[in-house]
Amino acid sequence: MNVLLSFVNSLPGACGQGLAWGLMAIGVYLTYKILDVADLTVDGSLATGGAVCGVLIVMGVNPWVAMLAAILAGMLAGLVTGLLHTACGIPAILSGILTQLALYSLNLRIMAIGDTAKTKATLALSVDRNPLLVSSRFVRELSLRNPILLLAIIVAAAIGLLYWFFGTELGCSIRATGANQNMSRAQGINTDKNKVLGLVVSNGMVAMSGALLAQYSGSVTIDMGRGAIVIGLAAVIIGEVLLDKVFRNFALKLLASVIGAIIYYAVITLVLRLGLESTDLKLLTALVVAVFLTVPNWKEKFFTKAKKEVKTDA
Amino acid sequence: MPEAVKNMLEVKGVYKTFNPGTVNEKRALNGLELTLADGDFVTVIGSNGAGKSTALNAIAGVWPVDAGKIFIDGEDVTGLPEYKRARYLGRVFQDPMTGTAATMEIQENLALALRRGQRRGLRQGITQKEKDQFREMLRTLDLGLEDRMTAKVGLLSGGQRQALTLLMATLKKPKLLLLDEHTAALDPKTAEKVLNTTESIIRESHLTAFMVTHNMKDAIAHGNRLIMMNEGRIILDVAGEEKKRLTIKDLLDKFAELSGSSITNDSVLLA
Repeated sequence: MNVLLSFVNSLPGACGQGLAWGLMAIGVYLTYKILDVADLTVDGSLATGGAVCGVLIVMGVNPWVAMLAAILAGMLAGLVTGLLHTACGIPAILSGILTQLALYSLNLRIMAIGDTAKTKATLALSVDRNPLLVSSRFVRELSLRNPILLLAIIVAAAIGLLYWFFGTELGCSIRATGANQNMSRAQGINTDKNKVLGLVVSNGMVAMSGALLAQYSGSVTIDMGRGAIVIGLAAVIIGEVLLDKVFRNFALKLLASVIGAIIYYAVITLVLRLGLESTDLKLLTALVVAVFLTVPNWKEKFFTKAKKEVKTDA
Repeated sequence: MPEAVKNMLEVKGVYKTFNPGTVNEKRALNGLELTLADGDFVTVIGSNGAGKSTALNAIAGVWPVDAGKIFIDGEDVTGLPEYKRARYLGRVFQDPMTGTAATMEIQENLALALRRGQRRGLRQGITQKEKDQFREMLRTLDLGLEDRMTAKVGLLSGGQRQALTLLMATLKKPKLLLLDEHTAALDPKTAEKVLNTTESIIRESHLTAFMVTHNMKDAIAHGNRLIMMNEGRIILDVAGEEKKRLTIKDLLDKFAELSGSSITNDSVLLA
C-alpha cells in the first residue's frame, strides 16, 4: 500500500520527465522510423544540448535564447554525423558513434566555458539563482510554474511543427528517402542531402530535450546522455506497441512516442519504489527494449509457420 | 531542308567494368553505341550477362561509367548523378518493390513522382487539385486504385505496384522511359496486362522508350525497333518492316550466327 501511494505521489515527476524525454523520443522516431537509420549521435547531442543551454543560462543569457542555441548545437552534431555518413561513406551507425565520442570531449569543454577550469563534467543550475523555464521542484504544484504545463506546450508545438514539415514537398521527400532510396533517386530526390537533413532535424530535437532536462533536473552532467538512444528506442517502441493500431495520423504517431516516454518513466518510477537501485535501470531498459524488439520478429515467425501449415493441410 | 529527326538518346563508346582488378572482374559494357530517335520504342534482348540491364543503369546514372558519353536530348548527362538525371527519365524496375515507397500512401507516391525534376521546398507535399487529378489517372488503370488513394502501397499486389510505378514514371512526361524487365516478376496474365498498359501509355504520350525484356515474343510484338546485346555490345539492331517480320526462330539463329556461339540457354531467351 505504501509502495502504491508513493508511486502515485511520484507520477507527476514521471510525467514531467517523460515529456522532456518525449522530445528526445520524437528525435529517435524521426531517424529510426522515418529515415530508417539507427543514429547513435543522440547520446552525445543530448548532453550537448544540456551543456550549451546550461552554460548560457549560467552566463545570464535568456533561457529561450539558450534553448535555441542548444537546438542549433544539436543540429550541428547531426550535420557532422550526416556528412560522415554521406560525404565520407561511413556506415550510419559508426558515423553516429564517432560523433558521439567526439562530443564527449567537446561537452566537457563546453561546460567549462566561462569557468577557470579547462574542462568540467557537471554544471549545477538552480531555480533560485537562474531563470529556468522548467524545474522539477514545482512538479506537484497547482500553478503556472508547474513544468508539466510548459513542457506539454513545447511538445505540442514541436509535434505541430514537425507534422507541418513532413507534409511539405521537402518533408515528403525525406520520408520517401527512408522508405525506398532507389525509388527516391529515380524520382529525382537527393537521398544523401535528405539523410543529412533528417539527422539535423532529429538531433535538434534531441538537444532541445537535453536543454529542457538540464533545467528540469537542475544539473548538466557529462553522462546525462549515456544510453539515451536506448531510452528513446524504448519510448518509441512502447508507444508503437500500445498505440499503433489507434494512432494512424503522423502527428499522433509522434505523440505515441511521447506517451511511450511517459509510460517508460512511470514504470521506472514504480520499479524504483519496489526496491531496485537506480544503477540497475540501464540493465532493465536494455532488457525491455530487447524484449519489445524481439516480440514482433518471433510473432512473424510463428505467423508464417502457421500459414504454411494451413496450406499443407488444404 | 527537311527537319532532322531529333535524337533523344545517344550512347557513345560507353565502357563499364565491374570489380576491376579482382577475380570477379566483369566487363559489362564494351564500347556500347546506341542512338534512339524521338519516339523510338526499342525492345532489348540478350542472354544473362549480355549487358541489357547494365546499359539501362548506365543511362540512368546508377553509377559512373568508365569511358564514353551519354546524351539525353542533346544534353551531355555523363557526369550527372542519378537523382539529377531523373529529371529526364521515367523508370520502372524488375522488382515491383523497387519503384514505389511501400510505407507511403498511393497518392503520396504519385505526388512525389509529379515533382520529379523540381526543387522540393516547403510548399504542401500534395494538394487537393492533385488528388483529383490522380484519381482520374488511376481510373484509367482500371485496377480500382482510385478508391484506395490513401492506402499504403505496401498493401498492393505486384501487378498493381508495377502499374502504379508506370504511372509514376510517366506522370511528368519523361524524355526517355526506361523499363527494366518490368513484367518479369509478374504472373503471365498480370504481365500481359501491365505490358498492354505500357504500350498504351507510350503510344498516347508519344514517349521514347527502352524496354529490356527476357521474353522474345514480347520483344517482337512491341516497339518499332529491336536490339540484341551480347558481351556488352549491340549485335543486332532491326527496325520497321524488318522487325515486324521477325520470328523467334530468326532471333535464335541470328544470335547463334552473330555471337559466334550456339545457344546454350534457349530457356533463358525464351522465358
